Amino acid sequence: MTRIGSDTSSPAVSAAAPALLSVRDLDVRYGAICALQGVSLNINPGEIVTLIGSNGAGKTTLLRTISGLLKPANGEITLLPTSPSPHPPTALSKLRPHEIVRLGISHVPEGRQIFPNLTVSENLLLGAYQRRDDLSADIARCHTLFPILKERQSQKAGTLSGGEQQMLAIARALMSRPRLLLLDEPSLGLAPLIVRKIFDIIREINAEGTTIFLVEQNAHLALKIAHRAYVLQTGRILMTDSAQALLANPEVQKAYLGG
Amino acid sequence: MPLLAKANQIDSVPRTPAWMLNLFWLALILACYPINRLLEANLNDYLYLVLTRICLNIVLATSLNLINGITGQFSLGHAGFMAVGAYTCGTFLQHYVGVGWNPIAAALLFVIVGGLLAAVAGLIVGVPALRLRGDYLAIATLGFGEIIYIVIRSTESIGPFKIGSAAGLDGIPKVTTFFWAATAAIITVVCVWRLAYSAKGKAFAAIREDEVAAAAMGINTTFYKVTAFVIGAFFAGVAGGLYGALDQTIDPEQFRFTRSIEIVALVVLGGTGSITGVVLAAIVLMILSEALRDLKGVTHVDLRLIVYALLLIITMLLRPQGLMGAKEIFRSRRKRNLSQPAPAA
Repeated sequence: MTRIGSDTSSPAVSAAAPALLSVRDLDVRYGAICALQGVSLNINPGEIVTLIGSNGAGKTTLLRTISGLLKPANGEITLLPTSPSPHPPTALSKLRPHEIVRLGISHVPEGRQIFPNLTVSENLLLGAYQRRDDLSADIARCHTLFPILKERQSQKAGTLSGGEQQMLAIARALMSRPRLLLLDEPSLGLAPLIVRKIFDIIREINAEGTTIFLVEQNAHLALKIAHRAYVLQTGRILMTDSAQALLANPEVQKAYLGG
Repeated sequence: MPLLAKANQIDSVPRTPAWMLNLFWLALILACYPINRLLEANLNDYLYLVLTRICLNIVLATSLNLINGITGQFSLGHAGFMAVGAYTCGTFLQHYVGVGWNPIAAALLFVIVGGLLAAVAGLIVGVPALRLRGDYLAIATLGFGEIIYIVIRSTESIGPFKIGSAAGLDGIPKVTTFFWAATAAIITVVCVWRLAYSAKGKAFAAIREDEVAAAAMGINTTFYKVTAFVIGAFFAGVAGGLYGALDQTIDPEQFRFTRSIEIVALVVLGGTGSITGVVLAAIVLMILSEALRDLKGVTHVDLRLIVYALLLIITMLLRPQGLMGAKEIFRSRRKRNLSQPAPAA
């Protein structure tokens, strides 16, 4: 286990292989309030990385900063370019959200935030907003992952159940063919059975090659499907380890796993 | 066309080719010319004027619908955009027809120039207003409208061009006919329809539905919000210019915020976001407010505005979603498609 102090540069984040996404010493403020302080983390290609933490720890803030919806006060977010080595990683912190989507990061916002008065199909189309090429394969893939969306394709998204809306939100994000999928609390307000189904699909999406950064309050579930995890507490990264090790960690068990 | 192809991938309804539709709209505009002649010959001046005004109200309501209804940016500044167009067109028209220009050609030019200047105003309002949402945006646009009003009211002339301050500008050549107004209405409705229902134009609705999610989907929300303001302001300016060339006189009081609110009422009553619904509201409300003029003969007291307001309240109580809700009159084929079971895999 690696403990990360707030002001020391962490050894855990300087991995040998180039990370897909790397966050360095990130500070985010809402006016005078510091939501994130000196946050650093790495997400390697092909991983499921999860960020756990209690209410108000700054999890959503971190995701929103990565996708450009919030601007950091300090620090760097860099993304590995698609073509290898000669290109340096792209800095994201100065880019606008739509430019970040173009680079291959797709965000499933907290509370789903589908477009309620548009149809399921229109929601999917909007997910592919930046693309100019043929979408039929992607729509077919979404329909395979979530057959219910095919059944409901011409229905208004607002009429879907909570679980279906979450599935739509994930499918919509996949339509941009992201390299990195940011998931914000996909289990929020859903029945346990639906949550399990959604987590199975998250694992499936990852197995097909999409890197996933998962933010969850349901730490148990998140640690079970993730490769690695970070623990965020009041705006700082408290610790990081493999998901298995964190599951067994008594401190984590006590604080986040209810045991 | 790739965008259309993209939309067709999920839309099993066969679409009429774009060129066919364009030809139809062009034919409709051309048809307005003989219709105009017919109306001029057979209708009394009053009914002819009401019809012309209905068309201009359609332009105003539809252009505001793009901003308020479709993009969801609550604007109370539409009368301001209208004023920019009306005064630009009016003063140029008065001046240049006075020095011998052909009124028709000059009007065509200056109505468009008025629209363009209004679009510039839309850009100026749109950019700072982007940081504001909901009520705050409404107040900011209201402020913009009042600034335009005050500037016009206190300006006597700009160079050789008369503005007329509080007394208003009169002696504008009468150019606007039913043909002009109907042409403007058709062009506005077709443009807004194309914008709202194109694959790209779904961005406007996405912003209305959920701005954060729209940004997260890769939509440049700033661009689309400003675009809505600029295009909406352009058509409001065109309507303003045509109003001036219809009434031959304009004064600043016409363009105060009550005017903006009247246009907002058309959008809300028609069904926020429904293009055909708003057109319907523009027609119905104009007829209603004119028909109520006869009421005075019965009651001997002018109850027109009271009854009009009561009818608005009753409509809102009975149909809070507006006449058409978010639906369109001519999209029934799609609705039928919705009720069909999904084709088997």
